[in-house]
Amino acid sequence: MSTQNRINQLFQSKKDNILSVYFTAGYPNLDDTATIIQTLEKNGVDLIEIGMPFSDPVADGPVIQNSSTVALKNGMSIKKLFQQLTSIRQSVKIPLILMGYLNPVIQFGVEEFCKKCKEVGIDGLILPDLPLSVYEEEYQALFEQYGLHNVLLITPQTSEARIRQIDEASNGFIYMVSSSSTTGAKDKVSDFHQEYFERVNQLELKNPRLIGFGISNHETFANACKYASGAIIGSAFVKALEQEISLEERISRFVNRIVNPV
Amino acid sequence: MNYQVNKKGYYGEFGGAYIPEMMHPNIEELQQRYMEIINSYNFRQDFIHLLKHYVGRPSPLYFAKRLSEKYGSNIYLKREDLNHTGSHKINNTIGQILLAKSLNKKRIIAETGAGQHGVATATVCALMGMKCIVYMGALDVERQAPNVKKMKMLGAEVIPAVSGNQTLKDATNEAMRDWINNPEDTHYIIGSVVGPHPYPDMVTQFQAVISEEIKMQLDEHIGREFPTRVIACVGGGSNAAGAFYHFLENESVELIGVEAAGKGVETKETAATLTLGKVGVLHSAKSMLMQTEDGQIVEPYSISAGLDYPGIGPLHAHLFQTKRARYLWATDEEVLESALELTQLEGIIPALESAHALAALKKIKLQPDEVTVVNLSGRGDKDMETYLNYFGY
Ligand SMILES: Cc1ncc(COP(=O)(O)O)c(C=O)c1O
Repeated sequence: MSTQNRINQLFQSKKDNILSVYFTAGYPNLDDTATIIQTLEKNGVDLIEIGMPFSDPVADGPVIQNSSTVALKNGMSIKKLFQQLTSIRQSVKIPLILMGYLNPVIQFGVEEFCKKCKEVGIDGLILPDLPLSVYEEEYQALFEQYGLHNVLLITPQTSEARIRQIDEASNGFIYMVSSSSTTGAKDKVSDFHQEYFERVNQLELKNPRLIGFGISNHETFANACKYASGAIIGSAFVKALEQEISLEERISRFVNRIVNPV
Repeated sequence: MNYQVNKKGYYGEFGGAYIPEMMHPNIEELQQRYMEIINSYNFRQDFIHLLKHYVGRPSPLYFAKRLSEKYGSNIYLKREDLNHTGSHKINNTIGQILLAKSLNKKRIIAETGAGQHGVATATVCALMGMKCIVYMGALDVERQAPNVKKMKMLGAEVIPAVSGNQTLKDATNEAMRDWINNPEDTHYIIGSVVGPHPYPDMVTQFQAVISEEIKMQLDEHIGREFPTRVIACVGGGSNAAGAFYHFLENESVELIGVEAAGKGVETKETAATLTLGKVGVLHSAKSMLMQTEDGQIVEPYSISAGLDYPGIGPLHAHLFQTKRARYLWATDEEVLESALELTQLEGIIPALESAHALAALKKIKLQPDEVTVVNLSGRGDKDMETYLNYFGY
C-alpha cells in the first residue's frame, strides 16, 4: 500500500478515548449504510465497524441478531454492501472495518472479497469465527496483500501465552472482549473485569487495545477508556436506531450521550 | 484411504474448529484431553458398564424374515430403537456425561430438534445429578410437546429458542451462545457428529459401539463379520457414523446414508444436504451446507424433526467426496410408506428418521445372496401423531 493503513494512523494520533461504533449494514433500511457512516464521522466517531449480516450469528446477542435478520429481509448481501460503499471514500476519512462471519465471505470468494475491500477503502476485518490458527495458515498472506488488518479478540479466559500469540499476529489493534459473552450483554460497571484489564495492560503488548461488548452509556464508555485506548459500542447503538426521529438526529443524540456525561 | 480425523480435526478438507475466541478455552481443553480420557481404563469401564446395564446393550441384530422375503434378500435390523430412551442418542450422552464429569463440569447444556437428544441428555443428567439446560426451537417445543414434558419431568430446564426460524439450527445457535456466556463450569453435549473438532470424532467414537456389535453379531448369525452393505439415515450423521465406523477400512462393505428429501429434492422443502449443499462453515465446522448464493443458511424441511438440519457432519462430507459412502434420499411419502411396511411385516414401529433408511431398500437392487444391515436408529413412539394423522387410524 502506498499510504499507511488508516487504523495505524488513528492509533498513532490518538492515544485515548477512541470511540468505535458498530452497526449492521442494511438496518434499519437497506440503503442507510452511507448515511450512517457519514453521520457517525460528522459526530466525531473515530472508527466504524460495518456489520455484514449473517443468518446465524452465534457470537451475537438478541439486538444484533434482530438487526441482522431485518437487514437480510431488506435484501442486504456482501455484493450489495460493496455497491453501497463504492464512493464512500470521497466523503469519509476515518478507518472502516468490515465485521461478519466467515461463510458469506467464503461464498463471495475470499480473494475477490479482499480485492473489493481494497477497492472501496476498507482498512480491516473482524471475523469472529476465523480463529487465529486458520487465519495464519490460510488467510493472513491474502489479507496482507490487500492491506487489510485482521482484528483478533481476547477474553478474560485467554491465557497469557495466547494473548502474546494474538499480539504477534495483529497489526492494527486487539479487540478486548469485556467479559466472555455474546454481544450486548450487561451494562453495569461492576461487571467489568478490572483485574483482567490491568493484567493485560501489564503485558506491554505491541498493539493498542479497544474494549468491547456491553458498553452502552457514558459511564461504561469512560470506564473502559481508563483501561484501553478506547471502546467499541455495538448493540446499544443498533438499539438507538429504532427511535422515531430522523436517522441523523438519532445518531448525533446517541454519540453525544456516550461522549458527554449527563 | 484414510477416514480418521487428523490432528487438526479435519477429514480431508472438512471439519476443523471455526470457533469464536470466547469458545477457545473450552474447545482447546476438549481437543487436548478427550482422547486420553475416553481411552482411559476407568472411563472404558464406566462407559461399558452403563451401556450394558443402563442402556441395555448390546442391542439385538435382528434377522427380519418377512421383510427379507419381500425384498428377496437378507435384511438385518440393528435395533437401536430398543435402547433406553428409544434411540441411539443415549450412546453419545452416556459418553459425554462421563467426560463432563472427568472435566469437573457442573452444568450441562444441549440442543435438540425432535427432542430425542434432549431426552437422552436430560436422562443422563438425572442419572448423574447434574444441572441440565436444553435449548429447543420454539416451533419444535410446540410440535414435540410429549418430549418437552419428559425432559421437564427428568428435571431439565427447556428453553425455547426464539431466534431465526425457531428450529434445530437456532437451538444449536442458542446452546453455543450459552456456552460463550458460561465459559467456566459448563459442558455442551452436542447431539450429533457436528460442531467444532473434537466433537465429530468424539461423538463418532461413542456411537462406534453400533458397528462393533454388528460385526460380532453378524459373525454369530452367518459366520462372517462383514455384510454386503450397511444403510443408515443421516441428519447430522451420528447413527450413520456409528453404524459405518468399523466398516470404513473394509471397502468391500457398501455404505449408504439416506438424507431427508422432504417434499422432494426439486422443491425448497427439503433437507438433502449432500445432494443440494455447497461447502461452507456453520456451527464451527467446514462441511456441506444448504445455503443461498450469498452464503446465508437455508432453513431445511423434513417430516422428521430429527433430520431437518442444514448441515452434515464433516466425516460424511468426506465419505461423500471420496465416494467411500453413497448418499441417497427419501421423500416424506416414501418414508411413511416404508414405516407402515415395517410395522405390518415385522411388528416394529420405527422412528420417522429411521424409516428413511428403510425407504432406501426400494432404491437399490438387492440380490438373494446379499446381506444388508439397516440401522434402526429409533422407535416410533414420538411420531405416533404424524402416523395416525397420515394413515387415518
Ligand atoms: C431416531 C433418530 N434417528 C436419527 C436421528 C438423526 O440424527 P443423526 O443423523 O445424528 O443420527 C435422530 C435425531 O433426532 C433420531 O432421533
